[in-house]
Amino acid sequence: MILLRLALRSLIARRLTVGLTIFAVALSVALFLGVEKVRTGAKASFGDTISDTDLIVGARSGSVQLLLYSVFRIGNATNNVTWESYQDIAARPEVDWIVPISLGDSHRQFRVMGTTAEYFERYKYRSGRALGFAEGRAFDDLFDAVIGADVAAALGYAVDDPLVVAHGLASFTNHENQPFRVAGILAKTGTPVDRTVIVSLEAIEAIHVDWQGGARIPGQATSPDEIRQMDLTPSAVTAAMIGVKSRLQIFELQRSINQYPEEPLLAVLPGVALQELWGIVGIAETALIAVSGMVVATALLGMAAMIFSGLNERRREMAILRAVGARPLTIVGLLMLEAVLMALIAVLLGIALLYTGLWALRPYVDAAFGLYLPIDTLSSREGLVAIGVILAAAVTSLFPAVRAYRLSLSDGMIVRS
Amino acid sequence: MIDTDTPFALALDQVEFHWAGRDAFGLRVSGFRIGRGERVLLLGESGSGKSTLLSLICGINAPARGSIRVDGTEMVSMPAAARDRFRAEKIGIVFQQFNLLPYASPVDNILLPLCFAPDRRARAGDGRTAALALTDALGLARHTMASPTADRLSVGQQQRVAVARALIGAPSLIIADEPTSALDAGSQANFLDLLFAQCSAAGSTLLMVSHDERLAPRFDRSVRMEDIATLTREAAA
Repeated sequence: MILLRLALRSLIARRLTVGLTIFAVALSVALFLGVEKVRTGAKASFGDTISDTDLIVGARSGSVQLLLYSVFRIGNATNNVTWESYQDIAARPEVDWIVPISLGDSHRQFRVMGTTAEYFERYKYRSGRALGFAEGRAFDDLFDAVIGADVAAALGYAVDDPLVVAHGLASFTNHENQPFRVAGILAKTGTPVDRTVIVSLEAIEAIHVDWQGGARIPGQATSPDEIRQMDLTPSAVTAAMIGVKSRLQIFELQRSINQYPEEPLLAVLPGVALQELWGIVGIAETALIAVSGMVVATALLGMAAMIFSGLNERRREMAILRAVGARPLTIVGLLMLEAVLMALIAVLLGIALLYTGLWALRPYVDAAFGLYLPIDTLSSREGLVAIGVILAAAVTSLFPAVRAYRLSLSDGMIVRS
Repeated sequence: MIDTDTPFALALDQVEFHWAGRDAFGLRVSGFRIGRGERVLLLGESGSGKSTLLSLICGINAPARGSIRVDGTEMVSMPAAARDRFRAEKIGIVFQQFNLLPYASPVDNILLPLCFAPDRRARAGDGRTAALALTDALGLARHTMASPTADRLSVGQQQRVAVARALIGAPSLIIADEPTSALDAGSQANFLDLLFAQCSAAGSTLLMVSHDERLAPRFDRSVRMEDIATLTREAAA
């Protein structure tokens, strides 16, 4: 079709302005799709924080709060679960395995978590992936600690380095009488485990032997050797992860824990709680989409402005087309065709930019943020975005096209200049 | 060749036109006819209403009343889109200058009217061949025609490409609006020779507008703008 060829030729003849406009739209499309990729990647990563755990149990609060402190190590538990309740739940026939979590202390800016060695087998992320050791191994001594990849990287720790746990979360009082030894460093997971110092449940008890009610008992300093002789069974834990024997029993167990008569407890399904939490985080997601959508709109407006500013110089061109028999509507169509061609090229270029960017940045993003960005084909949603941009370009170009329509009606085939 | 029922290539009767929004300024043509195959020179100074008259004949604008027939077909009653199509089919136009889309190739420029005129396209046969036959006859070298864009051609070459565009598919009426004013005297004569020859070959009628009376002897007939048209400048009511 000669008109298509003419539109292309006309674009090529104005390649500098057209090229810049296309590049602007392409960048905006790449940004929009990039945000989309990061968003879905983040959502997937987020949902992958914990898997294969059927229930999380803690003191009764909100399900999001329980998830935040037990899995994300954000915020604090309002209350603990007594060891008796923990034992009761562990003894229930539905329970396949149970792993306790004890929180409340910190090391530098990282949380310290007391648990059992079973944690390293039971905690799964990213659809059933298990924790792996980059160096060393799980704790076997009372004063052994396993640290996450970020802890090791941030503090420069290696296996066998000493480590002193601080009491509380933002405290200058240290448990310096009971120093730990780094027994193992976990491989990077992209989950909060990376930022956690993991010790045994007994170790948490051990470092609190000389403490009462949140303060050190004056003058009392039990030596590590004495501590080793003591009964270090905890009186309470912060939360527990549970796996059931049959998935059919999850709700039954959840109900009975929630109705546990001895103390107010809460059991949540991690997946459900994660979704609930994402619903809150999702506002930022909407904001991101809105901002990148506006960037696309701005680029399209820039294109409309470029077509507008070119109209005056192109009045003669339009007069020629009118003279050879083009209807004013044909001129509208020609201008819209130009816009659609530009948008099409821009979208293709934007997609190319996106994949180049993904390919180049993926290792860095995975390492720095634990965000795994899959390089796969465009989702149907992203395809719709691409088509939407082209349609939006056609609609935006209506403004200059209508102006051209008016000009060509008043100019006819004679341009006075 | 000449259809006896409609002996006129162009016939205007009692045409009255007012510029939109400017009722005070108008143009009246009581009668103007051009026979088929005639070569007519329309003489007029700038401001004499030539441009307005041409846009009426070409169907870009429609008069308030009166009749304009091209090749025997009444244009005034046609809707605007039909007039555009009719213009594409029946009329070839050559302007003073800037006739061509600068970014398109010379051949694409020549083929342009055929996009809007299916009958003319059918008459032209293979468009590219027809275009090159015309430009050969107009003395344009093939390597000139191979230029990727028309803006690389000289003004004289561009004018000849414009003539080829007007003539392709042999429309019944060729309108040339001061086509020689951008050319030097030697080129003018040469250009007119070619224009006449090709109009005859295509069997097209020629209406050429100019302010240059010296061209008159070369035409079958010359008409002064003031003899056929009156400008109306009534005081605004």
